[in-house]
Amino acid sequence: MSTMESRLAMAQKPVPAVTKVPKAVSPARAALRQFMKSPSGVAGAVLLLVLIAGTIFGPWLHPVDPLDIVGMPFAPPDADALFGTDYLGRDVLAGLIYGGRATLTVGAVAALITIVIGVTVGALAGFFGGWVDALLVKISEFFQVLPPLLFAMVLVTLFGPKLSTITVAIGAVSWTSAARLTRAEFMRLRDLDFIKASRAAGAGNLHLILRVVLPNALPPIIVSATLAIGTAILFEGGLSFLGLGDPNTMSWGLMIGQNRNYVLDAWWAVTFPGAAIFLAVLAVSLVGDGVNDAVNPRLRRR
Amino acid sequence: MMIHEDLRPADGDPYLLDVNDLVVHFRAGRKRLWDKPSFVHAVDGVSFRVKRGTTFGIVGESGSGKSTTAQAIMRLVQATSGQVVFRGEDIMPLTGEPLRKARKHLQIVFQDPFSALDPRRRAGDQIREPLDLLEIGNRSERDARVRKLLAEVGLPPEAADLFPHQFSGGQRQRLCIARALAPEPELIVCDEAVSALDVAIQAQILNLLKKLQRERGLTYIFISHDLGVIQQFCDEIAVMYLGKIAEQAPASALFTAPRHPYTWSLVSAAVPPGPLRDELKAKYLVKGEPPSPVDPPPGCRFAQRCPFAEARCREELPFLDATGHEHYVACHRKDEIGVPDFTPRPVSGPIG
Amino acid sequence: MTPVLSVENLSVSMTNRDGDLVPVLENLSFNIDKGRTIALVGESGCGKSMTALAIMRLLPEGFVITGGRIVLDGEDLLAARPKRMRALRGDAMSMVFQEPMTALNPLYTVGDQIAEVLYYHRRLSRKDAAEQAVQFLKAVQIPAAEQRAKAYPHQMSGGMRQRVMIAMALACRPKLLIADEPTTALDVTVQAQIFDLLAQLQDETETAIVLITHDLGAVAELADEIAVLYAGRCIETGPAHEIAARPRHPYTRGLLGCVPHLAVGVAKPEVWTDLGEIPGMVPGLGNRGPDCAFLARCANASELCRSKPQPPLGHVEAGHAVSCWRAEEIAA
Repeated sequence: MSTMESRLAMAQKPVPAVTKVPKAVSPARAALRQFMKSPSGVAGAVLLLVLIAGTIFGPWLHPVDPLDIVGMPFAPPDADALFGTDYLGRDVLAGLIYGGRATLTVGAVAALITIVIGVTVGALAGFFGGWVDALLVKISEFFQVLPPLLFAMVLVTLFGPKLSTITVAIGAVSWTSAARLTRAEFMRLRDLDFIKASRAAGAGNLHLILRVVLPNALPPIIVSATLAIGTAILFEGGLSFLGLGDPNTMSWGLMIGQNRNYVLDAWWAVTFPGAAIFLAVLAVSLVGDGVNDAVNPRLRRR
Repeated sequence: MMIHEDLRPADGDPYLLDVNDLVVHFRAGRKRLWDKPSFVHAVDGVSFRVKRGTTFGIVGESGSGKSTTAQAIMRLVQATSGQVVFRGEDIMPLTGEPLRKARKHLQIVFQDPFSALDPRRRAGDQIREPLDLLEIGNRSERDARVRKLLAEVGLPPEAADLFPHQFSGGQRQRLCIARALAPEPELIVCDEAVSALDVAIQAQILNLLKKLQRERGLTYIFISHDLGVIQQFCDEIAVMYLGKIAEQAPASALFTAPRHPYTWSLVSAAVPPGPLRDELKAKYLVKGEPPSPVDPPPGCRFAQRCPFAEARCREELPFLDATGHEHYVACHRKDEIGVPDFTPRPVSGPIG
Repeated sequence: MTPVLSVENLSVSMTNRDGDLVPVLENLSFNIDKGRTIALVGESGCGKSMTALAIMRLLPEGFVITGGRIVLDGEDLLAARPKRMRALRGDAMSMVFQEPMTALNPLYTVGDQIAEVLYYHRRLSRKDAAEQAVQFLKAVQIPAAEQRAKAYPHQMSGGMRQRVMIAMALACRPKLLIADEPTTALDVTVQAQIFDLLAQLQDETETAIVLITHDLGAVAELADEIAVLYAGRCIETGPAHEIAARPRHPYTRGLLGCVPHLAVGVAKPEVWTDLGEIPGMVPGLGNRGPDCAFLARCANASELCRSKPQPPLGHVEAGHAVSCWRAEEIAA
C-alpha cells in the first residue's frame, strides 16, 4: 500500500483534538470533596468544631470566672458545680471552657510558628542547595539534638512562664521536622521540568519558590501542620504539668498540673481536663488523617 | 506583528545561534576523602551554529550530553565555560533582567508532558505565565493571546480552564508548545519533545511543529534519539557521543554518506528490517553501551568500542574537521575507512 | 500440534468509581506455538499490557477477568489455584518488564536474584543455583559474568539490567515468555542488541514469546504473528510480514504511515511533507460503545460503518483477519 494515499485519506477529515470538554476541577476542590468522603476526617472535624464552639460560646451558657473561688475545695460534681471544684474551690467547668481557649490557641499558634519557621528554612535549603543547604541543615541539626522538652523548659524559665513565651518555645523546638519535610519536597520538585519551564519563561527565584514549588509541596506540609497542632497541645499540657504553665491564665494543662497531687481525693479536677486534651488531640489527629487521604492522591482509591 | 520584524537578520547574519566550545562539567564527588574530585564530562567542547528558520537536530544515546547541551543553551544548567551567542549577544554572562529579556526569545519544550506542566495550576494560567512574567501586553490582551495560542495548537478555548490531569499526553504536549510559543520566541528547543508519545500522536505533534515553523519562521533545536524522526524533521544534524560531536552534516549528506563509525552503528540499528539491515548490523553495530562520562580517558571518546580504532585513536583526541560541504567529522581514520554501502539489497525469500 | 498458549475470547473489565464494570479488553483470542512469537501492538490504553497481566493472573486491584479462557500447555490458568499460579510464574511462564531498574530488587546482587528463581522453582542447592546463575549471565552475553554476578542492579547500565531480567526470565526455560515493551527504555543500539539476543535465545530454548510493543515497524523482525489491538479490541491479526506489507485495517495502515522510518542512501526530499496522522485519540475507558471503536477517527468510515456494531474478525486471507466492514474495498 502507498503511505501517501493513506496520508491523503487521513488529511481529509480533521477531528479536533478535544471533542468533549470536561469540567475543570481544581486540586483544592477535589481534595475537599475527598475529605468529605473520609469518615475519620469528618468525625474529627465535627469533634474539633464542637470543642472550639464550646470555648467560644461557653461563657454565655456558663458565666463563671475560672479563677474565682466559687465554693468549697474538692466539691464533687453536683447541681452547683456540674464538674465539681478544684483544690482552691474554683469551678472545673469554667476552667475547661476558658482553659480550652488558651490551650487551643496555644496549639494553633505554636503549630503556625512551627510551620512558618520550618517551611521557610526547608524551602530555602531545598531550593538553593549548596552552601545555603549545608548551613541551614547544620542549624536545624543543632535544634534536633537538644531534648525538646528540656530546651522548652529552659526557654520558659529564662523568659518567664507567660502563655506567649510558652507558645514561642513550643514553636522553637518543634520546627525541625517541618523543615526536613519541606526541604525533601523542594529537592524533589526542584528538578522537575515544569519548574524549568517557569524559569525559561522568565521566573525569578522568589516567584518559583512561592508560586510554583510551594503549592506543589503543600500537601504533606498541610498534613504535618494539622498534626503539629496536636503535638503542641500535648506539649503545652506537659509544660504546665511540670509546673511551667502560666499561673494567671487557665489552661487544661495547668488544671492537671495544679490538681495532680489530689487525684485520689478529687478525680474530677484532673480527669475532665485530661479528657478534654485527649478529645482535642484525637480530633486533630482524625482531621490530619482525613487531610492526608484528601491530599495524597496515591492513597486515593480509583 | 513584532515577531516578524525581529526575525529579519539585523546585520545580515544568517546564524541565529552560535555555540562556541561549550563545556558542562558536573562534580561527581571523589573516591576517597583525600582524592581529587572527579568530574562528569557531560558536554565537553561542543560548537555549532544554527541558521535562522531551520531545524538543527542533535541525536545521540543517553549520556551523550544532548539534553545537557540544550539546557546549558537555555541557561537552565550552568555551563562550565564556552560562549552561546544568540541574536548577536553572548548570553552566558547574563544575569537578572538582561537574562530574562533574552529568555523571551528562547523557549523549550520538554520530553515528558506529565512533569512539564504544574499539576496545580490551570492550563491557561500556565500558558499565560511567560506573558505575565515578561509583562507582555495588558490583561485582556494576554487572555486573547492564550485563546489564540490554544487554537494554534489545536485545542478549544475551554481548555484554558482545565487542569493538566484532565488532558491526554498528546494534548499536554500541545499545551507545552503553546506555553513555549507565548512570548513569541525565535528559537525553541525541543528536548525529546515527541519521544514519550504514542506513534500516532507523535506524528500529530511533528506536523504541528512544522506548521508553526512555516507560519512563524521559527528556528528549532530538535533533540531526539530516533534517527527516523531526526532525518525527516531536521535540516542539519549533529551526532553526539559522550559529550562531543562525532559528526555533523546536512540531513541528506548524513544519511547518504556518513563518515563516522558511531553514526554507522546508530544507522545500522535504525534501518527498517530487511537484508540491508541485517548486513549493516553485522558490520557496524557496536557491542555494549557507552562507557561512563566520568573522567573519560584521553583520545577519541568512541575508541573503546570502535571496530576501526588503532593506537592513535586511544591517545589523541580527533578534531571535528570539514570533509565536505558543511559536513564535519571527528575521526582520525575518516579517509581510510570509507563509507558504508547503502544500496538496497535484493530480497531473498519472504521477509520476517 | 497443540499451541503453548491459547487465549480464547478473553475479556477484562475494570470497576470504576461508581462501582460499574467498564470493559478494558473485549473478546481477545490468539494462539502461539512453541518457539514462535506473537506481537501485541497498539497505542497506550489499547489493553496490551492488561492482556499480559491477565495471562500472568497479576491484574491490579479493581480489574477482573469477565470471560474467556487462558490455556497454557493444556492447563486452564483461570481455574488454577493461587498456589499453582505461584508455581507456574517464573517457571512455566515468565515476564520481562519495560523498566529493568524497578523490576530488579536493589538490595540483592543480580547473581543472587537469578539464583533465587532456580532455588525456588528447581530446588537446586544454593551453590548450584549460584553457579547456574553465572552460566545464565554468560548466555545473555554479559562480559565478565563471574564478577558481574556479584554486582548490584544500580551498578549496571540499562541494557545490562535488561539482559539480567531476560536471564532471570529464562532461567527455568519457561514455555512462555511475556516481554512487555522490553526495549522501550533503552537506547537504539542497545535495543537492536536486545532484540538479537531474544531471537537467539528463542532459537535455543524454543520458548514461545508474547511481545508487547507500540512500534509496529520494529516488530516485523522478531515476530511471526501480529495482533493489532485498538481500544481493547483486536482489529487485525495475521502473519507479521503479511501485515507489515499489506495492512488492511485503516488503523494499522495509519500506524504504519505515521512513523518516519529512516531511509538511507537516498537524498531526503527538500520540502517537508506532513506525516500521515491519525486524528484524535483512543476513546477512553467507559466511552466505548458497541459500534466500531475506530469509527470516530477513521477516514474511511461510511454510513454502513456508522449503522453497524463492531465488525467481527473476518478472514481476508489464510491466517489474516480484519475487523472492518470495508476491509474488502480498502484492500482494492
